[in-house]
Amino acid sequence: MASQPPRRRRLEVEDIGDIAVVNFVDKKILDEQNIQMIGDDLFRLVDELGRRKVLLNFGNVEFMSSAALGKLITLHRKLQAVQGKLVLCKIAKDILDVFKITKLDKILTITPDEQAGLQAF
Amino acid sequence: MSATELSIPSDLAEARRVQGLIEEALQASAFSEHDIFAIKLALEEALVNAIKHGNQMDPDKRVYIIFQVTTDRFEIRITDEGEGFNPEDVPDPTDERFIDRPSGRGLLLMRGFMTTVEYHGKGNSVSMSKVREISP
Repeated sequence: MASQPPRRRRLEVEDIGDIAVVNFVDKKILDEQNIQMIGDDLFRLVDELGRRKVLLNFGNVEFMSSAALGKLITLHRKLQAVQGKLVLCKIAKDILDVFKITKLDKILTITPDEQAGLQAF
Repeated sequence: MSATELSIPSDLAEARRVQGLIEEALQASAFSEHDIFAIKLALEEALVNAIKHGNQMDPDKRVYIIFQVTTDRFEIRITDEGEGFNPEDVPDPTDERFIDRPSGRGLLLMRGFMTTVEYHGKGNSVSMSKVREISP
């Protein structure tokens, strides 16, 4: 039987006013299991903790594959459904290409830095 | 430079090891960080496709990899033991109707980040190349 990996913190959440500012602990957002848990933690912010404004800071993220993109879209839709908003900021140039190629930059609000992100709500 | 041939079991940890090896080879040949990011991303998508969708994580099936780094380009062919697929059957994930789907973007990213991407035979083998970016 497969054993469950120990649950560890993958996100750091800081409240700035009514905005939940989320930093990723991992430099690489890969592996389905890892992404599943990051997704669960993000969705909990909206579904259980009732957050309506979420700013994801990618400043720490150096590498991310397509597997993570689905979670971001789901989070975006969840927030839209409750009249909330998702903003992404501080995405490294190479990773920004991932959003551009998949045209998710047209759907998601992306700002250069956290300050601009906070003002985007 | 001669090509390197590898075969790995259907295990994502093994895929990471291959990515590490290729990254070292690219660094040794002084590829730019931008090119290395692009190749690593395409490799991640192609290897996850081969292991997860191709071999269905079957531990008895393997993934065969042959790659070569030359002065002007990186070339790789990745073959799994799965049933293959027709890349034209994958819905366009940038289409508004499919944009909410959680998967289907891997192939798009491979094409976006590499110079060439070509599927062979029944679709269980993909070759990709990346021409080295010219330093400004």
